[in-house]
Amino acid sequence: MSTNNDWEAVIGLEVHVQLATKAKIFSGASTQYGAEPNRQACAVDLGFPGVLPVLNREVVTMAIRLGLGINAQIAPRSIFARKNYFYPDLPKGYQITQFELPIVQQGHLPIVMDDGRELSIGITRAHLEEDAGKSLHEAFHQMTGIDLNRAGVPLLEIVSEPELRSSAEAVAYLKTLHALVCYLEICDGNLQEGSFRCDANVSVRKKGDPKLGTRTETKNVNSFRFVERAIDYEIARQIQVLESGGKIIQETRLYDAEKNETRSMRSKENANDYRYFPDPDLLPLEVSPEWIAEVAKDLPELPWQKRQRFEKEYALSAYDANVLSSQKTLGHYFEETVKASQASAKLCANWVMGDLLAALNKNNLALDNSPISAKSLGELLTQIANETISGKIAKTVFELMWTSKTSAKEIIDREGLVQNNDTGALEKIIDSILSDNPKQLAEYREGKDRLFGYFVGEVMKQTRGKANPNQVNTILKEKLSAE
Amino acid sequence: MPYKTLTDLKNALEQKSISSRELMTQALTRIETLNPKLNAFISVNAEMAFKAADKADQLRAQKNHAELPPLLGLPIAHKDLFCTDGIKTSCGSKMLDNFIAPYDATVVRKCAEAGLISLGKTNMDEFAMGSSTENSYYGPTRNPWNTDYVPGGSSGGSAAAVAAGLVPVSTGSDTGGSIRQPAALCGITGLKPSYGRISRYGMVAFASSLDQGGPFARSAEDIAWLMNAMAGFDPRDSTSLDVPVPDYTADLEKSIQGLRIGLPKEYFNHSLAPSMQKIIDEALKTLEKLGAQLVEISLPHSDLAISSYYVIAPAECSSNLSRYDGVRFGYRCENPQDLNDLYSRSRGEGFGAEVKRRILIGTYVLSAGYYDAYYLQAQKVRHLIKDDFDQAFRKVDVIAAPSTPTPAFKIGEKAADPVTMYQCDIYTLALNLAGLPGLSMPVGFIEGLPVGLQLMGNYLEESRILNMAHQYQKNTDWHLQHPKDL
Repeated sequence: MSTNNDWEAVIGLEVHVQLATKAKIFSGASTQYGAEPNRQACAVDLGFPGVLPVLNREVVTMAIRLGLGINAQIAPRSIFARKNYFYPDLPKGYQITQFELPIVQQGHLPIVMDDGRELSIGITRAHLEEDAGKSLHEAFHQMTGIDLNRAGVPLLEIVSEPELRSSAEAVAYLKTLHALVCYLEICDGNLQEGSFRCDANVSVRKKGDPKLGTRTETKNVNSFRFVERAIDYEIARQIQVLESGGKIIQETRLYDAEKNETRSMRSKENANDYRYFPDPDLLPLEVSPEWIAEVAKDLPELPWQKRQRFEKEYALSAYDANVLSSQKTLGHYFEETVKASQASAKLCANWVMGDLLAALNKNNLALDNSPISAKSLGELLTQIANETISGKIAKTVFELMWTSKTSAKEIIDREGLVQNNDTGALEKIIDSILSDNPKQLAEYREGKDRLFGYFVGEVMKQTRGKANPNQVNTILKEKLSAE
Repeated sequence: MPYKTLTDLKNALEQKSISSRELMTQALTRIETLNPKLNAFISVNAEMAFKAADKADQLRAQKNHAELPPLLGLPIAHKDLFCTDGIKTSCGSKMLDNFIAPYDATVVRKCAEAGLISLGKTNMDEFAMGSSTENSYYGPTRNPWNTDYVPGGSSGGSAAAVAAGLVPVSTGSDTGGSIRQPAALCGITGLKPSYGRISRYGMVAFASSLDQGGPFARSAEDIAWLMNAMAGFDPRDSTSLDVPVPDYTADLEKSIQGLRIGLPKEYFNHSLAPSMQKIIDEALKTLEKLGAQLVEISLPHSDLAISSYYVIAPAECSSNLSRYDGVRFGYRCENPQDLNDLYSRSRGEGFGAEVKRRILIGTYVLSAGYYDAYYLQAQKVRHLIKDDFDQAFRKVDVIAAPSTPTPAFKIGEKAADPVTMYQCDIYTLALNLAGLPGLSMPVGFIEGLPVGLQLMGNYLEESRILNMAHQYQKNTDWHLQHPKDL
């Protein structure tokens, strides 16, 4: 009987990124999400007779941005093709996409794992295409409603090499790609509204086997957590099938988040023959070196560049740097906090990643809507750095700042929270505590080290938390060890 | 009056010897009398035409004609595959019998902007697939020269309408000969412009890389006026050409002295009937007398045109016609049981036999395992054919050939045999594959039925073939002939 350790998973991801243009890829209709059904579909989107597609140049610029971001080749000439199949929410009976010659080819995405391991994942291609509409099955008895607002919304499909070996690597890849498209401002990154959708190709093979196993494609997994679960489920399922002597069927599977399982949608035998051919309504897409240079000019700092800079400039751990660079706004907030504060970058990082993110999550707020600005947080952390307050008191101050939107200094003054740094007074208090607790003192001296914390607690209680923790530690240690 | 050229009618309007309303009244009366016999029109829009005519007359009364649109108040008819805002566009199909577009095709809009008034929409082979206008859901159109005969196709309604003097000019579309062949069979002048010269926006697609709209008229001069109206870049058609449009009337009066006319030996071989050959030869002799030189040339891949065409055109058609699925517009079957039933019955009942045949061929040649052998191969042949023409136009200015192998045939004669029908277009198909302009003009008769000569030009050289056709027509009167018994 073999164990899971004998197997290796091979994962490739296809991500559909909805490009953040105002108009659709081949028509002037709006791409705004959430309008009433069929209010944002013009004759072109509806596939009316005689109408023709005209390429929105903005989507090309966005594809070039991505291509430059992943250090890929931008094809000087790429072709739009028709992918033919019948479905009610596909108005023309074909989808305009890129098949043989995509605009972006051969790129790389650098990712970092939680343990600091760095990988470079190959990206085979990224191609432009139009989205289909939506079929609405629930609201209509025995009928299907068609909403074509989404028909013609521009997508960039980004296809990775099968170089990922675990669900954790897959999630790290997705998070980095997500950060990238948001940094590049080519996608709003909204997973709930389907702006960033993932299909996972999964196969397993015996470790060391150079041959790839038969793969399945799991469709439309729309959160990082579900991707992880769906891949783990699929890996386990495939291993189980193979170990019990079965065969993997090449098929498309659907992930059911409620039951946490994948199930078969259609097998390869039932797959469509899409009859791809170059779309005669559209000329080959030509991208000049000048166009690429123009786009390259205003490329922002990329997530991994920011991560590396954070590690170097602020001496952060790989993990911290990765978290803080995962969102453009978060990185910016962190840097603003550091700028506004005399505290160390590490302390700023801890507070931004810890207390701030926790409070935002708890209140379901985006960083942009934080009641505490980076500058205010920086000022609070300065108070810790210059020993005006302790870290513990700072948490209380943080909470008050969150609700009252007043500055740290004001709250500290008003509530009288300034730390007591008078060593003479502190020594007196400690002396009296030691003499009031002879039993504990004796036990400590006999070797019960953990009673140290008990004494610290007593000091803090008597000083109402305002004693300087560093001083407390030093004086206590001195006095406890003195016979 | 019915057989006057557009240019004559334009002069009459400018001299105020007739009003636009009078022109409409005459045309509509004639349509009312003759259409039951010819079935050239699918729909007629008298009310809108009169309204537009009154507006045109008013405008003409207020301004002098230099300020007016050049073709103000003149009647036209549009092939029923040009979408017209608020008026049915059927494409000759049951599938679109209920379809009213919420937009005008660019050709329709441009004609209106030039002042032309549309009287209605003309009959055609379903989705422009056919060479006889017998494949129409609305029944066949009849040839005005002899109503037992076909007018050609697919733009048979537009050609018959001009030949019968119902309208002076009309629009058509040409994917493999659908303007030049009916022009020849109906004894009028028709031009297929260079691919990209006229916008395809709003023209219901058959085969997108071959389709090109163009005009029918009684003379090359009239064609020039219509080209001035129709040609030009359209931002809504990515394949339309963004280059300046010449004044097509400017070169008409030029001498054709010294122009070289290429005669492809592949077009003048034993398969051309002697009676046809004789008429074509006479026309060429006339052109020679006017100063042109006749040069034998070769288009070596001509024999491959028909097989290449009947792969590429159906392939594109199979995809273009996928949108007719009974979901959003057009025909939908009664009580569909499920999605598959909706598709198969809506399409099965909505399309005619020839359309289905081409969808099947096209689906087959694009299928996995056949694509390389058929579609890719056909595209390679297409390049060879284009190269043939490129080579030829280094030696000659214009290429001349018969428009069709025979004059019009009887209704029903070829309907049962699609391949024989496809042969009708052997002289016209290659030009569509090459994207070049071609004109057909009447040059004689065989047993009372017109014969057409085709003049082919290099890319964007419509002016040159119009010049040659006009010079021919100034010296002959074949284009002035009209059916006697209508």
